[in-house]
Amino acid sequence: MIRAQGLEKRYGEKRVLRGVDLELGRGGFLVVTGPNGAGKTTLLRLCVGLAQPTAGELEVAVPRGRVGFLAHEPLVYRELTALENLDLYGRLYRVPERRERIGMLLERFRLWDARRERAGSFSRGMLQRLALCRAFLHEPDLYVLDEPFTALDDEGVELLGRELLERRERGTFLVATHDPGRVQALATASLRLAA
Amino acid sequence: MSSPNSRVPALAALALVAMAAAVAMVAFFAPEDADQGLSQKIFYFHVPIALTAYACFGWGAWKALRHLWKREPGADLESYVAIHQGVIFGALTLVTGSIWAKISWGVWWAWSSNQLVLFLVLFLFYAAYFMLRFSVEPGPRRANLSAVYALFGVALIPVSFLAIRLANDFIHPTVFTSNGPQMSGRMFATFCVSWAAMLLLAGALYHVELAGKRLDSRLRELRELLA
Amino acid sequence: MSYLADVATLARKDLRLELRARDTLPAMLLFVVSTLVVFHFTLPRDASRLAAFGLLWVALVFTALLGLTRCFAAEREQDVMDGLVLAPSDRSAIWLGKAISMLAFLVAAETVALPAFALFFDPGIDGRTIAGVALADLGICAVGTLLAGMAAASRARELLLPLLFLPLAIPIVIGGVGASVAGGSRYVEFLALYDAIFAIICWASFEYVVTE
Repeated sequence: MIRAQGLEKRYGEKRVLRGVDLELGRGGFLVVTGPNGAGKTTLLRLCVGLAQPTAGELEVAVPRGRVGFLAHEPLVYRELTALENLDLYGRLYRVPERRERIGMLLERFRLWDARRERAGSFSRGMLQRLALCRAFLHEPDLYVLDEPFTALDDEGVELLGRELLERRERGTFLVATHDPGRVQALATASLRLAA
Repeated sequence: MSSPNSRVPALAALALVAMAAAVAMVAFFAPEDADQGLSQKIFYFHVPIALTAYACFGWGAWKALRHLWKREPGADLESYVAIHQGVIFGALTLVTGSIWAKISWGVWWAWSSNQLVLFLVLFLFYAAYFMLRFSVEPGPRRANLSAVYALFGVALIPVSFLAIRLANDFIHPTVFTSNGPQMSGRMFATFCVSWAAMLLLAGALYHVELAGKRLDSRLRELRELLA
Repeated sequence: MSYLADVATLARKDLRLELRARDTLPAMLLFVVSTLVVFHFTLPRDASRLAAFGLLWVALVFTALLGLTRCFAAEREQDVMDGLVLAPSDRSAIWLGKAISMLAFLVAAETVALPAFALFFDPGIDGRTIAGVALADLGICAVGTLLAGMAAASRARELLLPLLFLPLAIPIVIGGVGASVAGGSRYVEFLALYDAIFAIICWASFEYVVTE
């Protein structure tokens, strides 16, 4: 689903990625590791189309609407409630049975009780869970997750683990993390980026 | 990449020759104006400079389109250099136009001169282009933004011209008559030579600056590789 | 038709955000009225119709600029832009939705500004002025929203937007003042032309303003 060769990304003078090769087939689970500043986030952003490589080839065989991206930022509006945020993305991603799907996800990430509260009042852990709801809402074919376990408490970690396990069959995964132990069991391959 | 670089000295030489010819023709060949005498001859520079500025902006917009549409590598740099030249020639247009206004009508600025006002607006617009470019990190994003803005520019040219003509109706300027475009044979010949010379000059400057910028970026790439 | 649904979704989102945050519209309202009051003192007693309308348009353009500066503020401050850009909807829908919500704010500000103008200054508001304002609003919002998107990607932001916007606003102001002051329908037609040309360019090019 993703094929990359000799990927390079420069921001002005600074070279963030250098000569990265990557191959992720359907149903695979690729874990990207590396220290801070190694370019994990940049690599994921390239795969998702938010940035263009300065050199190298990149082929992503998944249309935009079938990719679920979890970024560093939760990508939600602070002034809107959890429900309103998910409804917004549900409409933009043309999610069928929108209301049911939103309800189900909020339930699974234990956010149902907070659904009418503004995202601005959420704790970091809750924001992360809301972001996960947003990324999973449209049942993507390709999951691109940037440090998904960040800010999650033990309960959150458990919930996410369960979600990943359940979705493992139906999707392809590209996950960046500096805690590979959590996803080791699910992974089919790993890629380590040097600083 | 030797062929573009060998083009530059030839182009520069040609431009020099053309400019010399133009100056000579303006000084000796073109007829003297009955009313204004020698000073009217600045027309032979002012209008070709203005037309050349338009040509530069047009070329910049074309390159911008190539960048957005075909992702042509290097088109962004070419667009930037073309617009840079356009701004230089635009500034010269304003200066020569102001001089001509002083000579013809005794004032340094005339709002009734549609050409002059149009260039003022365009100058402001393209000056903002540079502000835009300097406030965004170099990269594909900056190239995209610059290209879109350059396209806005060429749309602005006719729209502004129309607007300024309309504006004259209610601003009630003191009406100055400007030299009509009826040109005698000698005037027309001089005008054409001057225009060709300006275009060649712009072309030469364009290629010189482009070569310089390409060298800069090549140096930077090499430094990166060594790092 | 899902395109229009996307536009509606996005416009609704922006209106809802403003309803909650309530920062842009009150600022615009206060600004335009204050500006008109200031202008009362700068206008000489025997000022012409032209001068009065000229100042009205200055007030409107700068009020619009105030609103436009806040246009993508939420997306920028909270880093939400990526979320919108990644969605399968056409990127131009983002522009159109924003422009529509911006138009709503501008019209709301004008429903206060125009009566205030009629109150403070001699020349009244007639149909031609309203037509001019309406068409000018379309141009301002179309072009302004796109430029706000550009400025959001830059370091200079609040400084950059007026520089980008004002040259493009000059024809709009000419059309607007002309519509109020001069006879005939030429100015209104001109504004319609401006709107058509620039709306098409904005619609086609917004994609490139938000992507690499």
